[in-house]
Amino acid sequence: MELPLKGIVILEFSQYLSGPCAGLRLADFGAEVIKVERPKGGDAGRRLSIENLWVDDSSLLFHTINRNKKSITANLKDPDDLRFVRQLIVHADVITHNFRPGIMASFGLDYASVQKINPRIIYAEISGYGKKGPWSHKPGQDLLIQSISGLTYTTGNAKDHPIPFGLAMSDYLCGNQTVQAILAALIRRHKTGKGALLELSLLESLIDFQFEYFTTYFQSKKQPKRSEISNGHPLLGAPYGIYKTSDGYIAIAMMPLKKLNAAIECIELNKFTEEESFKKRDEIKAILSNFLLTDTTAGWLKKVQKHDLWIMPVSDWNQLIQSSTYRALNIEQEFLAGNKKIKTTRCPIRYNKQYFLSDKPAPKLGEHIDEFKREIVK
Amino acid sequence: MKLLEDILVLDFSQFLSAPSASLRLADMGARVIKIERPVTGDICRELYVSDTMVKGESTIFHAINRNKESFQADLKNANDLNAVRKLIKHADILIHNFRPGVMERIGLSYESVKELNPRLIYAYVNGYGDEGEWKDKPGQDLLLQAVSGITWLSGNDQDNPTPMGVAVADILAGTHLVQGILTAIYERLTSGKGALIEVSMLESLLDFQFEVLTCFYNDGNMLPRRSCINNGHAYIAAPYGIYKTNSGYLALSMGNIPQLGKLLGCDALLSFTDSTDWFNKRDKIKTILQDYLNNKSVTEWLDILGPADIWCAEVLNYDALVQEDGYKVLEMEQEVSIGNQFLKTTRCPIRVDGQILKSPMGAPRLGEHTESIKREFDL
Repeated sequence: MELPLKGIVILEFSQYLSGPCAGLRLADFGAEVIKVERPKGGDAGRRLSIENLWVDDSSLLFHTINRNKKSITANLKDPDDLRFVRQLIVHADVITHNFRPGIMASFGLDYASVQKINPRIIYAEISGYGKKGPWSHKPGQDLLIQSISGLTYTTGNAKDHPIPFGLAMSDYLCGNQTVQAILAALIRRHKTGKGALLELSLLESLIDFQFEYFTTYFQSKKQPKRSEISNGHPLLGAPYGIYKTSDGYIAIAMMPLKKLNAAIECIELNKFTEEESFKKRDEIKAILSNFLLTDTTAGWLKKVQKHDLWIMPVSDWNQLIQSSTYRALNIEQEFLAGNKKIKTTRCPIRYNKQYFLSDKPAPKLGEHIDEFKREIVK
Repeated sequence: MKLLEDILVLDFSQFLSAPSASLRLADMGARVIKIERPVTGDICRELYVSDTMVKGESTIFHAINRNKESFQADLKNANDLNAVRKLIKHADILIHNFRPGVMERIGLSYESVKELNPRLIYAYVNGYGDEGEWKDKPGQDLLLQAVSGITWLSGNDQDNPTPMGVAVADILAGTHLVQGILTAIYERLTSGKGALIEVSMLESLLDFQFEVLTCFYNDGNMLPRRSCINNGHAYIAAPYGIYKTNSGYLALSMGNIPQLGKLLGCDALLSFTDSTDWFNKRDKIKTILQDYLNNKSVTEWLDILGPADIWCAEVLNYDALVQEDGYKVLEMEQEVSIGNQFLKTTRCPIRVDGQILKSPMGAPRLGEHTESIKREFDL
């Protein structure tokens, strides 16, 4: 398929996850994404590994986030290198960066300066906490943003510590919202010829993520409360949550208690009215927790099958990848990095029944600098 | 000019996943018309959460559907369906999140509406894709979290699988849907062609886990192991996590353990000089840290760690957060009007050309704009 963003050039000054995961998506859509990295070490994400897994000089983690991109090196404090970068900017469509506020300006690469050499540029910047205010210079690290945003009081049970999401929620979401903004700005530019400044922050992304909670909180003035047992979502009543069975776990979403009772025959549930499913949810969940221990996951699923209830087994990845649903998704793809075959996931969006696939690995630091120097000379 | 000015979206979807996509499109300047069935409309109108309502409808509905219009249509009624088909001719984008087969039965599959409007971008969200054993299962957030493996990443090792307490599958599928839609709109500017965009909530959650799944694919399928206490991320070394102090909670992300020990005056940490131990012995390190951090308040610890540029923060709940200047300066709040009432909610998180994107238009009453839309488009 002809890729929809073919011909779009993106200069990625971003590091780690937030900006780079935006670049990855745009690369899969067909844009040419050029990482602009410092000569010593490059994107700090190259040195950040999980499980100590390495592909070459760079970690598997870096390869996961930066496949399908190119790399040039530039010391932005060096006038020659900066001149080269400014020449590239003349030919670019999009810039992304996630430096702390003020850094790009210190190189003379803030939006106002860049706009002078390329008025059509779409300039997307990601900060931790916005550019104003007392937090603007704090480190924009995911766990800290989660902690400040109130998010950690949504997960886990009432008596637990605040529990963070076990993935980099703010980085990932903000990067994905940056993609939305860049695409919308490209659409406007096509009609008007006008570039755009797009500003996002990890904190605003996480507040937006919790928009249902904030809206409810603004009306009720009450901090949402996690349930004592099997908390799934603090705004929802029983039975919503995950429960242990005699050999595993099942997830039970929202449903009338009566319907649940008809399927699993838990007589004790009879004494609760529908209206009590929120007010007495701890009591109801306690009864359910004990009751569900009396049969296996498969046993319960069989009992509820003909009742069309919102119930599913809880899987780990090994169970998941054996399901026919997972296999039918074809979510895995491979690329060759060094001499190693690396398996990763593909872009989750299908376009005219086709997947966006790419077998291009992440670039070596500065791998494409000669290519672009030659092009600029031309 | 707004980013998405002059773009018309017909949104047949309900609940959160796809409606959160059309909300984003509306905030960036598109015109969104909800197509709702008579009597009940979007089921989310009746989704009561806790005990908070606005005008007899859930606050959640109002949060998701502000800045949209409502057109009432019974898609099983020939006249109504005809009006909708006429409207589709004017639309740029059609969105739905019905289970597989529903739009086909109504006669509004991509194949059939493409004939009405070849430039249409037809986008939908489903739960589990179109094939496989779960394809007809309800695409509900908690259930998607349950099957995706994501519940084994949060909470501590001995805890039950722990779902994330926000509808993350819904919101990410909506986010990805917007990405697909806008890419197709951009492509259409030159090709003139419409497109079909499909996103499943399961694929969205797999993409969200792309870093750790890639790890799993390449390490011989080892499952994640949450730390026994203060787990923040199953794959990250100590001190990464949230700690109780004698007053409040402290979040600590990456850091050098002996350096941390020195700063805090916690001698038991000084011996962990081998950085591989920060992962391998993280439960031990975290236990020492947790015991020690109980001795002072979060403010006292921050006074020590902050100036040393250690990555740390106080853990806030909403009551505390909304008091902070760092929150107020973001101007994340906005008021929308619903009839003669005002509702406070949040705004779009994207700033464009230095401006925040706000809109005072609240969620529509069911069918509020049916007549005016009929007149406007001569339906």
